[in-house]
Amino acid sequence: MWHVEILDAKTKDKLCFLDKVRTFFFSSFIYNKFYVDVNPQWYPARQSIRLDPKGKSLKDEDVLQHLPVGTTATFYFRDLGAQISWVTVFLTEYTGPLVIYLMFYFRVPFIYAPKYDFTTSKHWVVHLACMCHSFHYVKRLLETLFVHRFSHGTMPLRNIFKNCTYYWGFAAWMAYYINHPLYTPPIYGEQQIRLALIIFLFCQIGNFSIHIALRNLRPPGSKTRKIPYPTKNPFTWIFLLVSCPNYTYELGSWLGFTVMTQCLPVAFFTLVGFIQMTVWAKGKHRSYLKEFRDYPPLRSPILPFIL
Amino acid sequence: LSIAADSHCKYIHTNLKFFAMTILRFFFTLLSRWLVIAVGLVRAYLARGSYHGLYYSIEKPLNVCPLCHIPGIVPSSVVLTGFQVMSRVFLTWAVTHSVREVQSEDSVLLFVTAWTVTEIIRYSFYTFSLLNHLPYLIKWARYTFFIVLYPMGVTGELLTIYAALPYVQKTGLYSVTLPNKYNFSFDYYTFLILIMISYIPLFPQLYFHMIRQRKKVLGHVEDYSKVE
Repeated sequence: MWHVEILDAKTKDKLCFLDKVRTFFFSSFIYNKFYVDVNPQWYPARQSIRLDPKGKSLKDEDVLQHLPVGTTATFYFRDLGAQISWVTVFLTEYTGPLVIYLMFYFRVPFIYAPKYDFTTSKHWVVHLACMCHSFHYVKRLLETLFVHRFSHGTMPLRNIFKNCTYYWGFAAWMAYYINHPLYTPPIYGEQQIRLALIIFLFCQIGNFSIHIALRNLRPPGSKTRKIPYPTKNPFTWIFLLVSCPNYTYELGSWLGFTVMTQCLPVAFFTLVGFIQMTVWAKGKHRSYLKEFRDYPPLRSPILPFIL
Repeated sequence: LSIAADSHCKYIHTNLKFFAMTILRFFFTLLSRWLVIAVGLVRAYLARGSYHGLYYSIEKPLNVCPLCHIPGIVPSSVVLTGFQVMSRVFLTWAVTHSVREVQSEDSVLLFVTAWTVTEIIRYSFYTFSLLNHLPYLIKWARYTFFIVLYPMGVTGELLTIYAALPYVQKTGLYSVTLPNKYNFSFDYYTFLILIMISYIPLFPQLYFHMIRQRKKVLGHVEDYSKVE
């Protein structure tokens, strides 16, 4: 049996003292006790309880017995701020572009000059682009609901405003030009559009294959981490060369869309997304290397051999 | 062994001194450039009897100066300094230089004067700091003059941009219209208006940051005198 005291990580005030805690309990017991006894505003997802004021949070599944503490364990508490679930954020930030793009496609009033209200573009590539863009975001929504297995349940609330501004803003900016009455179709015409479509579809299938492969690494409800390897699906063979091929395929999809629409704002969106995904890929790659001694050396974070 | 350590220390010491002297020389050069601008302003005014056409005489050194800021060497925030550099470069190149008609405006004189005085004080501050011989007057000036110079500079900048607006709209300067093969458009006129609007949230933040800095830097000196 143990005594547990929890101090505020910044002020070192004693916030909570639990005595007679059994050693075989999980950390989640402490989280719930804290929520009930100390402050009902601090629901478990918002708490970060750690052994060191600047250290990593205890995970729900950590067993108290295996932690490096004496008979009186001292933990530090940090309030992570209001939290929101990843699923909620993803659904909101992906539904926006879907709806917004369609508003521009159907030329809803007050966007373009009144004489164009509810007209349709005479270029078939504009219809194709709408189908591709919508397909992309529908795919993302379905993956959020049925495919992805999230390791953290929540993220800080302010992220939803940041993320939605990014996705919704860029979607509006791109859609405005592609569906504009004065839109100019690609210079190389059908050839360019066809090639771009093939690249786009190839990368969409690739991206989906990677998401499925990553899902299968993790049994339902668990938060285990394993090294992903190529499977029977040829689209996953890229795992031989890249740590985060989902980002590689995503880049490919947007490059395809850029070539298909020949639109500079789309190119900007692709570039900004690429920069962000490279940052994430490098971080993921580094944590793979730290966690697994036998991590395949040939892999690069996002672009084979280059980046 | 102690002799080796001694000479090693001397080696590091000389290198640091050399480095500090290089920076010192650099700041002094920048200080003198701004003094040149100030002198140029006064001379041109005396020569021409008015301050119209002044811009031409100081254009070159004015354009070079903002590009010489080196963040990290000076004890100011990189973000704030970077921001200031960007806005200076924008005002100089993208507005005043690009729109000829604006160059004889009084507002240009207003912000150039504000920048000149600010920078002379600032570079004197850095130079004397590095020499470890900072007269209190310069420190006081650096953290007090901004109270007038900041609003003065901002007013000059905003009036200049506002003056440039009709010319930008007439000539379509830096603007791209549809249709074009990259399916992109940019309206410099609207962009300038957005820049002007952005001053509303940004200027108070910068101003009050400087006021807080002032309290911090000059504040405790007053406390000491109270204790005595």
